[in-house]
Amino acid sequence: MTLPPHLAANPRLSRWLHVTADGTVTLRTGKVELGQGILTALALIAADELDVDPASVRVVAASTALGPDEGPTAGSMSVADSGSAVRHAAAAVRALFLDAAAVRLGSDELTVRDGVISRTDGAGTTTYGELASHVDLDVDADPAATPKPAAERRLTGSDLLRLDLPDKVAGRPRYLSDLELPGQLWGRVVRPPSPAATLRDADVAGAQALPGVVAVVRDGSFLGVVADDEHAADRAADQLRRDATWSEHETLPDEDELSGYLRAGPSTTFTIDEAGGPGEAPERTVTATYSRPFLAHASIAPSCGLARWDGDDLQVWSHSQNVFGLRAAIAQALGIDAARVQVEHVESAGAYGHNGADDAAFDAVLLARAAPGRPVQVRWSRSDELTWSPFGSAQVVDLTAGLDAGGRIVSWDCDIWSQGHTARPGYAGAPGLLAAAHLSGGAPLPAPVDPPPERGAGSARGAVPTYDLPVRRIRGHRLEQVALRTSSLRSLGAFTNVFAIESFVDELAAAADADPLDFRLAHLSDERGRAVLSTAAERAGWSGRERGGDVGTGVAVARYKKGGWCAVVAEVEAVSEVRLRRLVLAVEVGAVVHADGVRNQVEGGAVQAASWTLKERVRFDRTRVTSVDWETYPILRFSEVPQVDVVLLDRPDLPSVGAGEVAQGPTAAAIGNALAAAVGVRVRDLPLTPDRVLAAMDA
Amino acid sequence: MSGPTTYSLTVNGRAVEVQADDDAPLLHVLRHDLGLAGPRFGCGVGLCGACFVLLDGSPAPSCDTPMWSVIGKTVVTVEGLADGDSLHPVQQAFLDEQAAQCGFCVSGVLVSAAALLAAEPRPTEEQVAGSLDRNLCRCGVQRRMVAAVLRAATGAGPDGHSPGDES
Ligand code: FES
Ligand code: FES
Repeated sequence: MTLPPHLAANPRLSRWLHVTADGTVTLRTGKVELGQGILTALALIAADELDVDPASVRVVAASTALGPDEGPTAGSMSVADSGSAVRHAAAAVRALFLDAAAVRLGSDELTVRDGVISRTDGAGTTTYGELASHVDLDVDADPAATPKPAAERRLTGSDLLRLDLPDKVAGRPRYLSDLELPGQLWGRVVRPPSPAATLRDADVAGAQALPGVVAVVRDGSFLGVVADDEHAADRAADQLRRDATWSEHETLPDEDELSGYLRAGPSTTFTIDEAGGPGEAPERTVTATYSRPFLAHASIAPSCGLARWDGDDLQVWSHSQNVFGLRAAIAQALGIDAARVQVEHVESAGAYGHNGADDAAFDAVLLARAAPGRPVQVRWSRSDELTWSPFGSAQVVDLTAGLDAGGRIVSWDCDIWSQGHTARPGYAGAPGLLAAAHLSGGAPLPAPVDPPPERGAGSARGAVPTYDLPVRRIRGHRLEQVALRTSSLRSLGAFTNVFAIESFVDELAAAADADPLDFRLAHLSDERGRAVLSTAAERAGWSGRERGGDVGTGVAVARYKKGGWCAVVAEVEAVSEVRLRRLVLAVEVGAVVHADGVRNQVEGGAVQAASWTLKERVRFDRTRVTSVDWETYPILRFSEVPQVDVVLLDRPDLPSVGAGEVAQGPTAAAIGNALAAAVGVRVRDLPLTPDRVLAAMDA
Repeated sequence: MSGPTTYSLTVNGRAVEVQADDDAPLLHVLRHDLGLAGPRFGCGVGLCGACFVLLDGSPAPSCDTPMWSVIGKTVVTVEGLADGDSLHPVQQAFLDEQAAQCGFCVSGVLVSAAALLAAEPRPTEEQVAGSLDRNLCRCGVQRRMVAAVLRAATGAGPDGHSPGDES
């Protein structure tokens, strides 16, 4: 047996687990809580493998000083990667404790239950706690330690209550913005008014003279204030904003012509998948183009960072998805040794990819330089959050397919036009921190790139249909220069690609005069795909697209990366508005570790995808981003959220894969298909607003 | 601008006196002077609900409420919904339904829900959703939250508690 990759990279057991005399097990993972209950799932795995009560497991935040380096918490891979490492580490720890217990109890016929280790003949017991001081975990994990077979796991699949929720419903301090260290100061950054603006002049004296102001920082186009309370910092930032003048430039594309912008290039063109020759000539050919606009993360909390310089050493607290990546980026940006930088994770509101967390941390680092020895907390404004956090890229997908006389797809041709989908710290060899580009002499941020195919790709994610398509040609075109900064947003390119593919498959079904469900099943031989599709259809009572009146039903299915499957049936009513009434989802993500957590994530993903699909669009003129608050960037509200049913198909025989992103693409397509069924015309450009529906009906 | 003024108000059932600037937002005073982290900062302009508190019984954005406007008023934050160690029924229902992901919106949602249940102990599903429309949740937990509020409402009957009693 070999070690799981994340454990092989961090084999020292004490980096992962620690047991104290009172029986408490401390679990350190490199993964961070992004609001989806990942730490609860990992605690459950450790408890199961050790045979201890889950309540005795304490999960501590990721830290560059103490925890393992597991890279970013992203791409729905937390349970898959970290889970297998935690499982194996816990099995190795359990084996060491059993060895110690065998010595103490004089037998190696032992059983473990709830942290109590007993001789099977009942002639003696001990506990993890009692043995804690006798077992040295400062050793490397034994590759031969074998985790329990799936059938013997007691807790996995259970509905453990989330460990973090009691604090959250009581309103206790929990988030980075709640952290207040001794001597703490508050900072604000005055960002440029537009992406390409540069500072012309700033009179810092006005802000400096305000009560409570400790420092005003000006470096290139980077402007900030530090004050001894948050209100004073806000006031000083307002003053400084009034006293600054900027050169602004018309660098943004026409927001109504994104397709032209994405196609204009220069682009890098790459083949995503290619199979089959020219084959038989199709009986008929169908062509269509689909798109989505730029989307904002729109986290409910603005990004926040906290930093303190102690002489040459730097301590940072961040809600980054990758504390080790952030540490390296900060060190690179400042030209200092990474060993002098320590980054600890503290939770913030839900993150759905690479948002402003790392940038806010670096803002805090820069402002804290003006107040040595004092912790400085920086919190962004709502408008900075909506305009400066990286966006999810706009994307256009051209599709052409051939159908034979029997209504089978005989050829498939796809071109994807997009910006890159990642600009995480360290991408393209650059630190990738926003303020680093604003400092005097700072290099501009490189154009975003895509993760490599083995890490799930970016604009190409989800581009290869799950159907049996003997002849296919799929290409990507990624812009090499961009007008707006983009990075990872939940499911990356898969959202648009699956929206396009699954909308198009509906159009093909219509061209072939087939029921959309039957048409999909006729082209889908993968058993797992068929299972989710049939389950969703059955649960939703699928009986064709039309429901009568102004109601339509739509279906879609996709596999997310090489992981989970998800099928969605949506029901839409279109009268004066587009009303999403119901979503039924069938999901299969391998072995289910924390069933309620998976359901919660799938439901949350589907609702967020519905919001993207129906409402969301980053707005801008030729100079400035103009969607700056919740009125100009509306998201789905309580009364607009549909009924959501999630059916989970458990496959204990398969490895666990992530659930956080499986629903994004299929939800969008199912809604689009339902809308088309309801109104009789198809809207191919997201979001599916009433205006767009009317325009399509007039066309 | 004028210097700090002394304000008297009632917060979570306690009479308090605080020094603050007239234009300081109530949210700032709650979080920094009174040590109440429950109301969260989400937007600062009254559009998201993360900072909601009960102001004389009605949900209001504390981020957008200057101190001069709250003189003599009664403020209840999410921390004040519980009765000592026993959670408000709607808080308990949120745990029972596991109605949160990141939880950042939860304080404000609970405040809005408590106000609804005080006014309407047996709300319909539409009433619940409608009364939470000023609260945004980006994690997509709205359905669970509505279910939790309905659970709190129906759970209120048998043991005689009206969920709104505490507020
Ligand atoms: S923070 Fe007060 S409503 Fe958003
Ligand atoms: S639970 Fe995250 S915003 Fe509502």
